[in-house]
Amino acid sequence: MSVPVKRKKASGLSQLIIPLVALGLLLLFNLIRDPGFYSVSIAVNNAGNPVLSGNMISIIDSASELAIIAMGMTLVTAACGGQDISVGAVGAIAGAVFVKVVFAFESITAGALLAGLAACILGAVLFKLFNGTLVAVFRIQPMIATLILYSCGRSIAYWINGDATPQISSPILSAVGMTIPGIPVPTPIFLVILTGLLMMLLFRVTNTRLYTQTVGINQGAARLNGINPVRIKLLSFVLLGVCVAVAAVIGIARLGNLSHKTILADIEMDAILAVAIGGNNLGGGRFRLSGSILGAYIIQMLTTTLYAMNVATVNVKAYKAIVIIVIVVAGSPVVKARLSALLNRVRPGGAAGLRGVS
Amino acid sequence: MKKLLALAVALVMILSVSLAFADGIKVGIINLDPAESGYRQANVKNLTDTFTAENGYDATFVTAPTADKQLEAARTFINNEVSYILVSAAETTGWDEVLEEAKEAGIKVFLFDRMIETDPSNYTAAVVSDMRQEGETAVAWLESLNLDEYKILHIQGQLGSAAQIGRSDPLTEKCAADEKWTIVREGTGGDSWDPNEARKIAEAAINAGESFNIVYAENDGMADGVVAALDAAGITHGVEGDVKIMGFDCNKWALEKLLAGEWNYDGQCSPFQAVVIDEMIKTLEAGGEIEGLNELNQIISVEKGFDATTITQEDIDNYGL
Repeated sequence: MSVPVKRKKASGLSQLIIPLVALGLLLLFNLIRDPGFYSVSIAVNNAGNPVLSGNMISIIDSASELAIIAMGMTLVTAACGGQDISVGAVGAIAGAVFVKVVFAFESITAGALLAGLAACILGAVLFKLFNGTLVAVFRIQPMIATLILYSCGRSIAYWINGDATPQISSPILSAVGMTIPGIPVPTPIFLVILTGLLMMLLFRVTNTRLYTQTVGINQGAARLNGINPVRIKLLSFVLLGVCVAVAAVIGIARLGNLSHKTILADIEMDAILAVAIGGNNLGGGRFRLSGSILGAYIIQMLTTTLYAMNVATVNVKAYKAIVIIVIVVAGSPVVKARLSALLNRVRPGGAAGLRGVS
Repeated sequence: MKKLLALAVALVMILSVSLAFADGIKVGIINLDPAESGYRQANVKNLTDTFTAENGYDATFVTAPTADKQLEAARTFINNEVSYILVSAAETTGWDEVLEEAKEAGIKVFLFDRMIETDPSNYTAAVVSDMRQEGETAVAWLESLNLDEYKILHIQGQLGSAAQIGRSDPLTEKCAADEKWTIVREGTGGDSWDPNEARKIAEAAINAGESFNIVYAENDGMADGVVAALDAAGITHGVEGDVKIMGFDCNKWALEKLLAGEWNYDGQCSPFQAVVIDEMIKTLEAGGEIEGLNELNQIISVEKGFDATTITQEDIDNYGL
């Protein structure tokens, strides 16, 4: 009896091996290339607040939106066996709603911002429910269902405000996008931790994780066991909507303005990649949020490393693609199977060996 | 197909309305997507505010982001026998055939905002910005500061666009010619004017320990992205700060940052061509001749550069987009 349990645990951990090794190699590469890469310094900015700066801070800070959206994307992937490619566009809509509601108040107060946040989450959730309904009720493939908002979402965002780049600056907002006065660590980092904790809490308190995986693995079996697949799929889209709204507000808070065209641009692709790098099955079923979050930081680390190496910005995407192909191929079932067969031949109990690495 | 149908229906409706009502001057205006930038939005608004029925026009507006849609719109206008076509082209080439068709049909064509590579006889007049002039004005301003050294973080716009080339060239030429001027790091949004890309480039430069005292960003949004990175890293900027910030386009919010002393320079790129074209059309309708064109049938918009130490609220009200 104990054998299958043990094997299950090992496979859960081995999902993280590839991303962990990739991250380790990137860290090592930078250490050899330039140990100064890891230096962190503290300075005082224009507003007179202390701030930490350094490559590692930039990586963890800049990956925030991606990490948050990757969590939501993981849930949709697990439940629906497909991806939502409209997160960037819906992010623009959510941002537009946020700005619209905040501007409806006479001045930008904490209350106005909270109302904006609430409206923004509501807006994102509604649009995600639209996607979710197409996917869960009408059984349209997720990519096709979300293609609609992918192509028209940014135009909708533009209609909402009728202004290309609305400016929205307030001390509270810049505390969200940058640092809270007195705390030198960028605030978005805390928001990622908060989102992660809330997700963990959700999984602890409810059966969401189990049900999501069940629906992703076998809908029919899930239904026979009294789980409503439609509701679970819709829930995954609702949670993705919340993640998108939070990411959009961070995006706006960073620059103090909203650019419909560029906010969260192309983030859907990076989010799907993060899910894949994290070792999650893009066909649905079992998932690990930690893998996707790790994936998000790997992608950002790669970008920052390339920038630090002074690679021309136009070429960054090409280099990034090469490294990502290597990581994804290394994590593919074929390579994994070959690798574990090899380990088994070298040493009996290869699975345990794999566990040792992580 | 549906879109086409909708467009056709819309055009028919507009036409029938115009036939039923007035005999205004029939004008077809082809522009780019107003969501593109603050500049474009102001440009589209300026045109819709000028070519109104009260002003004696019967104008149809098409905003299309790509060349094929624009050409399609131009053909529709020719078929509908408008008197004038106004174009801001998505791409500089590929217009010869359509422009010749228009000429044969006796339609007068005005280019606004940006040029098209075609024979000057194919259009009546071009009211455009000289992007290179904008770059030269900015570099001249920088030179007038008489700094001991010029260590520049150069943030380029969408590569290959007229605005990017025109604003980059004078700077790179100056840096090649003068050894006091160096470009510490050069980066671009690649295929966009993304402020976030600008922020990442600046972050990388700061984290690599590269020191610079000037940020030359080729539009306001990108300058804003760099400023976010400077703020995050605790580097002071603006009139009292260590780093001088330069942007382009003169968005209202950017000029306000100049007035507040957070930025140092903003170069104008005028989107207000409508009034000039309006006057030209009125002149032609009255049987007059358009004057003041150069050998390429152009009128170059006069564009300023604003300095944080001299800018006034009045400037912001007059020139801010």
